[in-house]
Amino acid sequence: MSISVKNISKSFKKVNAVNDVSFEVKEGELFGLIGPDGAGKTTIFRILTTLLFADKGAVTIAGFDVVDDYKEIRNNVGYMPGKFSLYQDLTVEENLEFFATIFGTTIEENYELIKDIYIQIEPFKKRRAGKLSGGMKQKLALCCALIHKPKVLFLDEPTTGVDPVSRKEFWEMLKRLQQKGITILVSTPYMDEAALCDRIALIQGGKILQIDTPQEIIKHYPKKIYDVSADNMYHLIKSLKSFEHNYSVYPFGEFVHYTDNRANFNPQELQQYLETKNHQNIKIEITKTTIEDTFMELAK
Amino acid sequence: MKNNNVIKVENLTKAFGDFTAVNSISFEVKKGEIFGFLGANGAGKTTAMKMLIGISKPTSGKAEVAGFDVFAQPEDIKKNIGYMSQKFALYDDLTVKENITFFGGIYGLSRSKIKEKRSELVAELGLGDILNELVGSLPLGWKQKLSFSIALLHNPIIVFLDEPTGGVDPITRRQFWEMIYKSANNGTTIFVTTHYMDEAEYCDRVSIMVDGKIEALDTPKKLKEAYNAHNMNEVFLKLARG
Amino acid sequence: MKRFIGFIKKEFYHIFRDKRSLFILFGMPVAQILLFGFAITNEINNVDIAIFDKSNDVTTQEIIHKISASKFFSIKQNITNETDIETVFQKGKVHAVLVFEKDFKKNLTKTNTAKVHIITDATDPNTANSITNYISAIIGSYRQEINKDINLEYQIDTKTRMVYNPELKSVFMFVPGVMTIILMLVSAMMTSISITREKELGTMEILLVSPLKPFQVIVGKVIPYIFLSIINAVVIVLLSIFVFEMPIQGSLFLLALESVFFIITSLSLGILISTVSATQQTAMMISLMGLMLPTILLSGFIFPISSMPLILQVISNIIPAKWFILILKGIMLKGVGLFFIWKETLILIGMTLFFIALSVKKYKIRLE
Repeated sequence: MSISVKNISKSFKKVNAVNDVSFEVKEGELFGLIGPDGAGKTTIFRILTTLLFADKGAVTIAGFDVVDDYKEIRNNVGYMPGKFSLYQDLTVEENLEFFATIFGTTIEENYELIKDIYIQIEPFKKRRAGKLSGGMKQKLALCCALIHKPKVLFLDEPTTGVDPVSRKEFWEMLKRLQQKGITILVSTPYMDEAALCDRIALIQGGKILQIDTPQEIIKHYPKKIYDVSADNMYHLIKSLKSFEHNYSVYPFGEFVHYTDNRANFNPQELQQYLETKNHQNIKIEITKTTIEDTFMELAK
Repeated sequence: MKNNNVIKVENLTKAFGDFTAVNSISFEVKKGEIFGFLGANGAGKTTAMKMLIGISKPTSGKAEVAGFDVFAQPEDIKKNIGYMSQKFALYDDLTVKENITFFGGIYGLSRSKIKEKRSELVAELGLGDILNELVGSLPLGWKQKLSFSIALLHNPIIVFLDEPTGGVDPITRRQFWEMIYKSANNGTTIFVTTHYMDEAEYCDRVSIMVDGKIEALDTPKKLKEAYNAHNMNEVFLKLARG
Repeated sequence: MKRFIGFIKKEFYHIFRDKRSLFILFGMPVAQILLFGFAITNEINNVDIAIFDKSNDVTTQEIIHKISASKFFSIKQNITNETDIETVFQKGKVHAVLVFEKDFKKNLTKTNTAKVHIITDATDPNTANSITNYISAIIGSYRQEINKDINLEYQIDTKTRMVYNPELKSVFMFVPGVMTIILMLVSAMMTSISITREKELGTMEILLVSPLKPFQVIVGKVIPYIFLSIINAVVIVLLSIFVFEMPIQGSLFLLALESVFFIITSLSLGILISTVSATQQTAMMISLMGLMLPTILLSGFIFPISSMPLILQVISNIIPAKWFILILKGIMLKGVGLFFIWKETLILIGMTLFFIALSVKKYKIRLE
């Protein structure tokens, strides 16, 4: 089963939410739509799940057209929308049973599929969904979206607002699901999660910046990036920014990613410059490019 | 010796019935520090923060914020701090100018002071073109930067930021943190919670809450050494996984 | 089919777990009926009056005694001169003054005519009317008694009897009205809120992207409220019969049938409201302002339609409640069968079909 998106556009009043977007997802692929809030991810998801009409363009899911064959699509996909919505006043068990029933199946029938995930929330199965923590709610939502063994799974920002531990666990679960042959389309604003996908599309302001495997995207980043650190981060940033040859200066955790706009840049020069600015404990080293670096460069 | 602590927390506890959300936490925050307050969802962060900003009464323990007691003087605390959360910051259906004027008024600034601050913000953030635009029509990144500036209108001693950069694009996120650095440099204390572990690295000191208790509190560097981790993400994973 | 039942099961869970809606569904109707039944009344009881007896003879004493013995009046004061009449009204101490002329008994025996003045405080015209009527009735019955022994020329007695509600019990008037309002409130408002809640929480998106057909969602949301409204209707009727002793003259079966029609009308209005509301608050506001208020004012519940200006009378015809109240009064108080209310029933059914068709048309199967 594949997803085929061709030149879709969508505007709301004066805003161009989605602008000429195209991409394809192969069967069994884990595909990530990576971009910040307002990039158009949710709108794209809603068009793909037949909830909105695109102004232009065409989309097919598993060969079915989203406009003409929307009923077939609605009967066969799993969808977890961004706003996080399960029935807060039903228990974990009741929620799962409900979704199983409306998809014409039972919890037992496809239990194997959700077992790994469900075991983690099973101790709380009689608790109201509203009383679960963020991480557990996500797991429950995932189970509910999977319970009918969909061929394609759409997850719109499933890890937003959740702590890093739960996020990591969630992605581990997605990888395992992928091995069972389900095609998964996920959107996320977290760049580090992008590396876990088979292929990704970077999106900002309704436009696609680039589509490829994470490794290829990183490879195509044009410059060498240096990790620079010193004792005072704030002043370091200021100094680097006032260094006349800088191309980009971005803090990245404990280091600052620095790129120079010259091809033959010598880090020693930078070291000396920083010393004249009275920085202590200066360290400059080449570092591995990340998706985030690439994203920022493409989005400029 | 002048006491340089703007936040002093001693055995602070909050219980809801038989569930203890915040279990006897103690820590101090120095003036001008960027203090990261981390923890998993449900660990008790939000509850703790609500007590510190004066909108929730503790069950027991003591806490002093900006020199005022959280039990007895919550109103004084509110007057002396700034607050910005991801969920609500500004009024979408008012213009940028109207929001500035409104919040300036709430913080008790005089008309002339508000005017002065407004010009400052216009210069600093480049608001010239969008002063009369509705905040609702601005991209998220602009909203966040504007909210932060407005939280600082009255020059508070401490600013509390609740996940201020959620969902914002990477470039704006960093611009936001530059604004935070600048304020801290000017002496404002920053108390921030976040789920971005790279942002934890920007803090002077970080505390991590697990199940209502503070399980770690130190500089990012020392925490990485203690947990043998390459970055704060790893520290968090090791701690929160127990 | 199983899907559908699974959906209805969920709806019942929601209803019974939300304490607030349970209160609205069950507590309010009972509270309202009891309130209207006991507290609000057009009858008079223990009304304070004053007597100005210029004769002070056996006859006037007998009449006065009869009046004070009734539960309707309480004689507060005896006046002795003209100016006191004005004073006693101004001070608001009494609602009426009864004046017997001088030589009352003498005039009665001699000329068969004696005069009594009933002066009422008409700042509350309804009460004033009732007082006048009650006093006249009491005097009339006294006249009946003394006339038995006298062989006199034919006296014309004007009898007034309020048909179908001899004691003018106001509760009989209110029950059909309150029942209508409550059924409308529960059905329309609760249904519209239930649907918009799904929209607000985002669960509607998931329901749309599933094999559940839209009409299954609508009908599934509506069925629990049909049951609950029927229960409410039954409770109200039982309360009226056993607590207020209101007789149901007509067929209970017809009553049940018409009630179900009206419930369905209200439910379809609720669905219609939900198609134009994005939030629960909007749905509630529209239900209250757009439905409840016009219904209370223009359905004939409190204010008689015939007394309204023509334009409002015309408008009242589009309010479903108006027709249902007529049907209820017909069945409950007059005991008529379908033969007399077929017109109203047909109008109600017509409105129902219209609203259902409109809501189905407007129901969105996509997000915009």
